[in-house]
Amino acid sequence: MSDLQIKKSSTVYDAVVVGSGAGGGMAGYVLAHAGLKVLMLEAGPYFDPRLNSSQLKFPWESPRRGASTNTRNFGDFDAAFGGWSLEGEPYTTKDGTEFEWFRSRMLGGRTNHWGRISLRMGPHDFQPKDDITEKWPITYDDVKPFYDKVDRMIGVYGTVEHLENEPDGIFLPPPAPRLNEIFIKEGAKKAGVTVIAGRGSILTEALPDNKDRGACFYCGQCGRSCKVYGDFSSSSCLVIPALKTGNLKLITNAMVREVLTDDEGQATGVSYISKDDMQEYQVSAKIVILGASAGESARLLLNSKSSAHPNGLANSSGVVGKYLHDSTGASAGGWLPQLLDRKRYNEDGVGSVHIYSPWWLDNKKLNFPRGYHIEYGGGLHMPGYGFGGGIQNMNGLIPGRNPMDAGGFGAGLKNDYRRLYGVTIGMSGRGTAIAREDNYCEIDPDVVDKFGIPVLRFHYKWAAEEINQAKHMQDTFQEIMHNMGAIAGAPAGKDTNYGLEAPGVIIHEVGTVRMGNDPKKSALNKYCQAHDCNNLFVVDAAPFVQQGDKNATWTILAMSMRTSEYILAQRKKLNV
Amino acid sequence: MNRRESLRTLGLGVVTTGLLLDASCKHPADTEKQPENIEPQSSSSAADATRTPEEIERDKKLEGEKFFNDHEMATITILADIIIPKDDKSGSASDAKVPEFIGFIVNDMPEHQTPMRGGLRWLDLQCLNRYNATFRESTSTQQLEIVNMIAYPKRAKPEMAQGVSFFNRMRDLTATGFFTSEMGVKDVGYVGNSPNQWKGVPADVLKQYGIATVWG
Repeated sequence: MSDLQIKKSSTVYDAVVVGSGAGGGMAGYVLAHAGLKVLMLEAGPYFDPRLNSSQLKFPWESPRRGASTNTRNFGDFDAAFGGWSLEGEPYTTKDGTEFEWFRSRMLGGRTNHWGRISLRMGPHDFQPKDDITEKWPITYDDVKPFYDKVDRMIGVYGTVEHLENEPDGIFLPPPAPRLNEIFIKEGAKKAGVTVIAGRGSILTEALPDNKDRGACFYCGQCGRSCKVYGDFSSSSCLVIPALKTGNLKLITNAMVREVLTDDEGQATGVSYISKDDMQEYQVSAKIVILGASAGESARLLLNSKSSAHPNGLANSSGVVGKYLHDSTGASAGGWLPQLLDRKRYNEDGVGSVHIYSPWWLDNKKLNFPRGYHIEYGGGLHMPGYGFGGGIQNMNGLIPGRNPMDAGGFGAGLKNDYRRLYGVTIGMSGRGTAIAREDNYCEIDPDVVDKFGIPVLRFHYKWAAEEINQAKHMQDTFQEIMHNMGAIAGAPAGKDTNYGLEAPGVIIHEVGTVRMGNDPKKSALNKYCQAHDCNNLFVVDAAPFVQQGDKNATWTILAMSMRTSEYILAQRKKLNV
Repeated sequence: MNRRESLRTLGLGVVTTGLLLDASCKHPADTEKQPENIEPQSSSSAADATRTPEEIERDKKLEGEKFFNDHEMATITILADIIIPKDDKSGSASDAKVPEFIGFIVNDMPEHQTPMRGGLRWLDLQCLNRYNATFRESTSTQQLEIVNMIAYPKRAKPEMAQGVSFFNRMRDLTATGFFTSEMGVKDVGYVGNSPNQWKGVPADVLKQYGIATVWG
């Protein structure tokens, strides 16, 4: 390979941002709008929802009728380029433990297909009172102004509820519940479970003073990404607008290898391999900002070893990679016989939750700490692959029918599919998993990816706290379904840890480059600036000390904005 | 951008229901260049901008593959039309090209291949032993007789268990293929996938279920 050489650019950028998802996108947006010359590196191709979304396609427009494939894990119309496994980019696990890692390689990353559920973490999530986990070095009040700005800038629907640990935002009107969801709400209420309007980053009304984004037209397909930018994706709402400032340069298909440092240990830029020409490049910047995802940012730091940083960059404490945690998740489903033969109308609604249950109980009486929220769904959705599947488990239970007649064929069966359309309901718990030192990712000493970059090896085990929580979820689901007169599927039992999904499956992984006031116990200070290297920042979910039961994205956005404004202030003071 | 402008961006003049469109092909934005500060400039010549080149290539390859032989395809067609026949509302499974869908999906999801091939052969052997003819060559009365033995899991005799499993799979594939076709979507009454203003469950439906207030 005599033609292989490292190409060094002579340009020195004010900042280089690695990754274009929620964290990287927000940093690029804030800094480029402030006039900094910013370079953004994205490991996947360019993606613009306006041009590349499968929105408004019917099932027959996919030869597999929208079924998932190895390259579209959430279905043929889903926006994500990537998935649980990437060709030539393995990851491994250790000691028989499990971890599933979803990676989107595209402009905007996983924000192109995400569920748009946009929850703020609460005061007790930042400063827990039970001493089971470390407190964040910041409080809700430190982050609140940035949540407010994100709400105004990006838009989120919801209702003001005055719940202590579920802070209200600046809300657009929420979409009304679908018919199934009205029944769910009633069933939950009888079980003592709070149900409120969902909170999602979808423009149920046009955003004031924003001419680039359209209002939602209710196709319910946010997972495909939105051609009119009616929901939040980092591509449509942050990076593409930032490109228009002329201050941001974007290089796609650029897989970053490591952060470069000088003899004093200061960051000087990054090296990357271009997937287009397979050549090696180095770029220089005064500030390096990592927004590559909790896993990839930890991997980059651990792979950036030098004499000044022998443990990996920002890792004199040894915490990088540790305290990895994903939300817990367990689900249940059933159907409502009272909705048989229901009237048809367009019930697509929005592509996020219309209703949800914020955590409603006091842990003192429970056998697990913290809590979970419940996401619900059901309605007259677009048929897709799997439609009508397993009808032999349903049509024998139609009231008045002999259960022995389950299954069947012919005109009667054909009519059963019609009668049962739109009767199903689903509910999913998403809860707090405890951040533990012993749940971690590290560099696998034996394995590299196809670019020669050492890969991550995961070690992650659930403990009693998470399993007991999952059992509580299942009990709650059964009670809600019973109260609403639903026919419930068999509940997940002890043999499956009560349906508790494997770590990583909920795709809320956080915590691998934790922040803190003590440089011996944390990698980043309270502004997500490395203790060991003051021109290095991390803006994805890696800095999270301990996640609440809230989905991570809204906090990533607020924290990245906060860090970016801190960078601007420090530049004025000539500190970075 | 308000909703009216949103729809214009989509290439839609008016809000209608059941509107068929292919916004990505008609919008002038397709020919717009990416901003110059992006590297590399993509040569967006792909036929379908929503797919990766690898996906387009794989689908083309799958379309060209043929797993079932003619006898198997004929048997699948008979079974699919027994499961979903024509009635006064819509056509049969084969009218909706369900056999073609099943032919594709076994290429896309190879886990269906052995259970389908083996199930079809199991069915033929049952018919050969009973009627001295394959399922396809049996009379329609004989075909319905054997289908009745495997179509009702709770009634089926234990020795027919493999047939029940096969028929459950065949029923699922037929239903999915039918109700995701244009004919089947219309039949089941799905009226979404078109721009609209969601104002909640219609008043007459709320009344039908005795719901006074949606937020309770």
